[in-house]
Amino acid sequence: MKAGPLVAGTAFAVLMSGSPAFAYMAYVSNEKDNTVTVVDTDTKEVVKTIKVGQRPRGITISHDGKFVYVCASDDDNIEIIDTVTSEIVGSLPSGPDPELFVLSPDGKTLYVANEDDNLVTVIDIESKKVLAEVPVGVEPEGMGVSHDGKTMVNTSETTNMAHFIDTGTNEITDNVLVDSRPRFAEFKPDDSEVWVSAEIGGTVSVIDNATRQVKHKITFEIPGLRAESIQPVGIRITDDGKKAYVALGPANRVAVVNAETYEVEKYVLVGQRVWQLAFTPDQKTIISTNGISNDITFIDVATDEPVQSVTVGALPWGVVVSPTK
Amino acid sequence: MRPIKSTVPITLAVFMGLFAACVNVELAVAQDQPKPQAAKPEKKITEINVGYLRAYAPQLALSVLDVPPRDEGVAGAKVAITDNNTTGAFTGQKFNLEVVQVKPDEDVTAAFDAMMEKSDRYILTDLSAKQLLSIADKARDKGVLLFNVGNTDDSLREEDCRINVFHTAPTRSMLADGLAQYLIWKQWPKWVLIYGSHERDKLFADALRRAAERFGGQIVGEKEFKDTGTAKQTDSGVVQIQKQMPVFTQDLPDHDVVLVADESEVFGSYVPFRTWIPRPVAGTAGMIPSIWHPASEQWGGAQIQNRFEKASGRRMLSKDMAAWTAVRVVGEAATRTPDADPAKMEEFIRSDKFSVAAFRGQKATFRSWNLQMREPIFLGDGRGVITTSPQEGFLHQVSELDTLGVDKPETKCVLK
Repeated sequence: MKAGPLVAGTAFAVLMSGSPAFAYMAYVSNEKDNTVTVVDTDTKEVVKTIKVGQRPRGITISHDGKFVYVCASDDDNIEIIDTVTSEIVGSLPSGPDPELFVLSPDGKTLYVANEDDNLVTVIDIESKKVLAEVPVGVEPEGMGVSHDGKTMVNTSETTNMAHFIDTGTNEITDNVLVDSRPRFAEFKPDDSEVWVSAEIGGTVSVIDNATRQVKHKITFEIPGLRAESIQPVGIRITDDGKKAYVALGPANRVAVVNAETYEVEKYVLVGQRVWQLAFTPDQKTIISTNGISNDITFIDVATDEPVQSVTVGALPWGVVVSPTK
Repeated sequence: MRPIKSTVPITLAVFMGLFAACVNVELAVAQDQPKPQAAKPEKKITEINVGYLRAYAPQLALSVLDVPPRDEGVAGAKVAITDNNTTGAFTGQKFNLEVVQVKPDEDVTAAFDAMMEKSDRYILTDLSAKQLLSIADKARDKGVLLFNVGNTDDSLREEDCRINVFHTAPTRSMLADGLAQYLIWKQWPKWVLIYGSHERDKLFADALRRAAERFGGQIVGEKEFKDTGTAKQTDSGVVQIQKQMPVFTQDLPDHDVVLVADESEVFGSYVPFRTWIPRPVAGTAGMIPSIWHPASEQWGGAQIQNRFEKASGRRMLSKDMAAWTAVRVVGEAATRTPDADPAKMEEFIRSDKFSVAAFRGQKATFRSWNLQMREPIFLGDGRGVITTSPQEGFLHQVSELDTLGVDKPETKCVLK
């Protein structure tokens, strides 16, 4: 729902005065200029730019919306931003070069991919302690956790596998070979499948979570574009499990996939080098980060039309939206 | 000189130690981290031996910064072996590297025969064309695949191509084409060419002339710089060079760019900033084309750069990347061929399904007609990457990477 100008104006004023906002806020990590841009998803305006550590990439938010966590890759830590004051209020011990992470469904544990060390680091958020380090393949990157919290999937970019990790024991139970440079892992809402994108392979592997076998490979074809320029990265699946969105990197498009038939239904042109995606909590909008064009695009989920692009910082990488207004 | 050999290692740490001792490099830092646990540890381990046959003698360069490290290339293979073994922990495969070193121009057949006895099915080579051709057919008859990681001779991919020799090193024509595309894109089409008097300098000069013709560059003047056997830079040499180079370039017609072909390191580094008229320099000096740059962080490159530096104690060079990629080709084939059967692995590498991710921004694949890897060309100076070719607008019906080097319709290669 679109807020009226008066309401939006009030929300803006209140935010500036340091109180919680009355709109969903999108937090965008800008890899190049070491900032996080805060965008009001109703007015689609930048409300704040927060200075963070070096090379911010992976970004997520606590379930209560109070804290944003950002991987400051080149500073080797995870910074905690208070969403009310927009100040950095602490950090988590991430291990070297954290790139992507995922928050457990109970909000207590953070699973971090450490690219330089072939490890997944398990961090307890409250105590800020490392609970475990799980050795995985070369260049761990994509991180997904099942909705029941029992299984975590990490993808390793040079080993080309999806590693299934039991979150109870922090041990690998299955290794599933996928295509080249797997970047992202996303569980279906019913945890029946894990979707894994392969940037260089150009595919999305659909892995059956029961058998841990690849049951389908989604491929993409865009008239006028070479296959090599189609490089799937971020994936998001709607809560009803019917529709998936796949960011296609230098193809500058987001693919809309029927999550039941695996048919690609549409390619939405957004901006250059589209990297990651996030839904607003009402699932009416999905936001893409477009690295080279330095903007984000709001896509209407009902029509799958791009609605508006908003300029953010330099090389936007990740995006997360606050869970509450 | 007796070939120096390292033996098949038992553990990674032992291997690294042995390796470092044998090729006399600085001691490598073994990665101190827990071994990945495989899902089904009862799986039997398949061993895959990779050989590395190199002709090596310490070389000088005009600048000490350009002196090739003793483990150039080998260090890249070593990092890829570690990468393959991390993956191998999940697939039940173990990769070993055997490095054998001979002198430049020495007969390599004895060294090769000794490697055959150890059943190396995959051998990286950093050899002269003559040395490589002396073992290629023998290798073919034994079902051995060779990966050329160090030789840029076009002839090895053309008239002297072999069905069992893959190339991850670029050709001179690929390097020259990558450079020419950028100069044309810059609209700097008028070039003068200064080339050295040695065979390889002349080959690169030929590649630059071919590139000019291909992409619409114009070589308005040429000059040979004869190697008169002088010493490399000396205490007082700088003074002389400052006076000699302007005079040497004084009679060249007006131009946009000076192209330098001096692989032999006789004069190239002396050209930039010393020309008669102020012009940028490119080729083997100034802006240099290569398949990798030690400062490149493009396309996820920061990750391999960090990993390489940690393991090797220096930055990663082009030959290291060529060797890393070759070992990863073997690793990728092994990962996707569960029992690592050599015949099946070879079939897979030769198939159009084969590709490997090698920090090049897209799949790295082999040209089916001459087994040359398709590679983007970095153009960089001593500090960083200036651009990467193919440049925008140079189109091709199959792959833009095929705008670099000898394309299928022009090839003289008949694989045999």
